[in-house]
Amino acid sequence: MNPQKINKSAVQIEAELLSNKKVGPYHHMVFAVGQMAAFCKPGNFVAISVGGAQSSLVLRRAFAIYRALDKGPMGGSVELVIAPHGEGSKWLCGRSVGDFVDLVGPLGTSFGIPTVNANTMLIGGGYGSAPLFALAEVLKNRGCRVDMVLGASTANKIYAPLEGKRSVSSLTITTDDGTAGIHGQISEAIPRLIREFGTEVIYSCGPMGMLSAIAKIAEEFEISHQCSVEESMACGIGVCMTCVVPIKHEDGIKMVRTCIDGPVMDGSEIIWDRKSVLDVL
Amino acid sequence: MSALDFSTKIGSKRFSNPIFTASGCASSGSELAQFLPLDEIGAIVTKSIMTKPRTGRATPRMAETPSGMLNSIGLQGPGIDTFLEVDIPWLVSQQAKIIVSIAGETVDEYGVLARRLRAVNGISAVEVNISCPNVENRGQVFACHTDTAAAVIEAVRRNIGGELPIVAKLSPDVTDIVEIARSVINAGVDGLALINTLLGMVIDTNTMKPKLAGKTGGLSGPAIRPVAVRAIYQVHQAFPNTPIVGMGGVASGRDAFELILAGASAVSVGTATFGDPTAVIKIKNQLSELLTQRNFDNFRDAIGFAHRGV
Repeated sequence: MNPQKINKSAVQIEAELLSNKKVGPYHHMVFAVGQMAAFCKPGNFVAISVGGAQSSLVLRRAFAIYRALDKGPMGGSVELVIAPHGEGSKWLCGRSVGDFVDLVGPLGTSFGIPTVNANTMLIGGGYGSAPLFALAEVLKNRGCRVDMVLGASTANKIYAPLEGKRSVSSLTITTDDGTAGIHGQISEAIPRLIREFGTEVIYSCGPMGMLSAIAKIAEEFEISHQCSVEESMACGIGVCMTCVVPIKHEDGIKMVRTCIDGPVMDGSEIIWDRKSVLDVL
Repeated sequence: MSALDFSTKIGSKRFSNPIFTASGCASSGSELAQFLPLDEIGAIVTKSIMTKPRTGRATPRMAETPSGMLNSIGLQGPGIDTFLEVDIPWLVSQQAKIIVSIAGETVDEYGVLARRLRAVNGISAVEVNISCPNVENRGQVFACHTDTAAAVIEAVRRNIGGELPIVAKLSPDVTDIVEIARSVINAGVDGLALINTLLGMVIDTNTMKPKLAGKTGGLSGPAIRPVAVRAIYQVHQAFPNTPIVGMGGVASGRDAFELILAGASAVSVGTATFGDPTAVIKIKNQLSELLTQRNFDNFRDAIGFAHRGV
């Protein structure tokens, strides 16, 4: 990558928390970020310091941007959907309106938008749906058909806010336990839906297992697949080399950073079979 | 009150201030350039480079630990050719002060790398990383034995020529770090980098398996700072005239000051950069303020201060 281009839109700011609402098992949080919002594209993420000054948590936490508003009532803002799983995200979800956090963004690659009208399918697993709603809006404005498929283990883990549904042509829900929508894993429903909607481009975000299953389906149907990947990340800005994924390369495999060459990547380039990677290394 | 003289020296080379990046924690600088002017850092110590491009280890490569983290990168990098074609000219164009870190699998590889660097313009020193813990075999950690440590430094010394200072990066995972330091000083280093990460391990109690794909990794962050202070103190006591680039969990100006009091002539900031891209500049400014508050008008007077009168 050209050294001049790395993190070129990113800034580090003290961002004020404007809103913090619990939505099912998730938190919807809004931060005032000023002019930064204008540079956020669907797929980008932010990295936030957690735990306060004396914390034993030394690393930032990365969160996909759910939505960025350039000119809201409080100036520019970014919205995040956070699952309070670990110590860091629990701390963040526990912040109050008016608190400030140290935020770096926007970081990473964004979803590529088709240059011609296309039938698109947006697939989200759990809170992985978060960055897909802003993408849906962009695609809709481009004149694309947007079919959204959201899956989770159980009904209340589906993140599908009302305002997010405006831009989609159809919304299909799947749950592993059958508590909502189609009973079963999200990937099982995809082939039928691709045929039904005449899907030409797939966008996906969610756990690696789900992305891997979708990559296989996209390959079978010979349609392009952009996925937002997730790997343990220490810095979020490209210096630590921990968040890599293996991609196909003329010399075998190449490890690329998901914070700089991702999180949005071409699903067909990634080597999803973990064992084959371990065998080579 | 006169202005603080913040400069420091490693061998024949002078640096405008003593706060450096740590190898492997600033890549080759370009990622940080969006956040801070690289020419304000004392020196960018680049990620250890090897002769050939290297894939590194499988993932997961990282586990956060109390006040620290484990990493298991395995020296992923572009290889010396690309590094000299792309990274160094770019850093030079940014007026960055550059210390190149090198790593090899064999003594010969270090010699080859040193030879490649001898004619390169814009480099201020070479860090010889003989202590990366992320290798297949503990026997490959040259810094674990006095004879292998010395053999690498001799190979670098033979091949590098000229005035370029050589700094050996040592591991704290040894019985007596002073003896390792003695062996590399006798082999001709101009300075020491103390300390590399400590070998550590985390087991995920949900999966009941090691968290890292490589099983073990290097522990860094504030958790290891007392180990760094101890190692620097011991080595400075034995060899007060050998400059030490201190590192290990420095996250504030106060932390940098602690390593300097122990005997460091410069301080590298590593893991703190992962948590805060501008950490290195903040630490530099905090240290400058602290030194002024403590009535030092020359940074070098603070080096090893904890030893005086003891």
